[in-house]
Amino acid sequence: MSDCDKCEKLLQGYLDRELSVDEVTVAEMHLEGCDYCRRRYRFEASLRQYVRTTAVERMPPGLMAKLAQLRATDPGTGTSPSL
Amino acid sequence: MEARDRVRFEEEALALADQVYRVARRFVSTREEAEDLVQDTYARAFRSWQSYTPGTNLRAWLLRILTNLNVDRGRRLQRRPDETPLEEHDYYLANSIAETGGEQVLDQDRVVERLSQDSIVTALSSLPDDFRDVVVLVDIGDFSYADAAQILDIPLGTVMSRLHRGRRLLKAKLAEEAAA
Repeated sequence: MSDCDKCEKLLQGYLDRELSVDEVTVAEMHLEGCDYCRRRYRFEASLRQYVRTTAVERMPPGLMAKLAQLRATDPGTGTSPSL
Repeated sequence: MEARDRVRFEEEALALADQVYRVARRFVSTREEAEDLVQDTYARAFRSWQSYTPGTNLRAWLLRILTNLNVDRGRRLQRRPDETPLEEHDYYLANSIAETGGEQVLDQDRVVERLSQDSIVTALSSLPDDFRDVVVLVDIGDFSYADAAQILDIPLGTVMSRLHRGRRLLKAKLAEEAAA
């Protein structure tokens, strides 16, 4: 396996901060001298950020009020609402 | 005393509603289904609030309820069995973008924006359920591997393999769209 292949295998764990200290060293030493892998690591990091921001939808207006109505207690007094 | 604990629980849970919704939204296909799912989750959470251990991760506790409800009600997106060949390469999408635009295109700060918002949402929803659940929890819900394992009631190693495979599938699908 080439050094670039090894570096590719470490990509996800590296960005997730789930690698061992030794693995991080292997990845970083390679990245230091390799434009090819460095571009791809940077691409992956921005892709993740982009997926996160594009796939997140805010809660629709009105849902919070519906959820609050499901409460068993009256927020003012901490007692069950009278019927 | 109990009433006060209960009020506090309800308030803490409600403060997380937006974060619960964003995960729910990517678990189902429509906004309406996501709203229903979140309402059912809160109804159950408020009923069984005493089974929550204060000081533990409330957001993960809520998502566990939500995931169970989603599976119970057969609401999961129905997908054909995964027919995409296993994509072993994590550089796949970057490589296919570099193939058409040249290696330097990867240096552009906004290169990922060549992918449309729609294509990302579509690619995400086309993942097989088991893979999508993990990708959504970790990459959109910001849950740790350990939290995702607890929420889905699967081993940590399974979270990792589904997450890695799911991300590769996602990139393969995005590469298809980028090439189209």
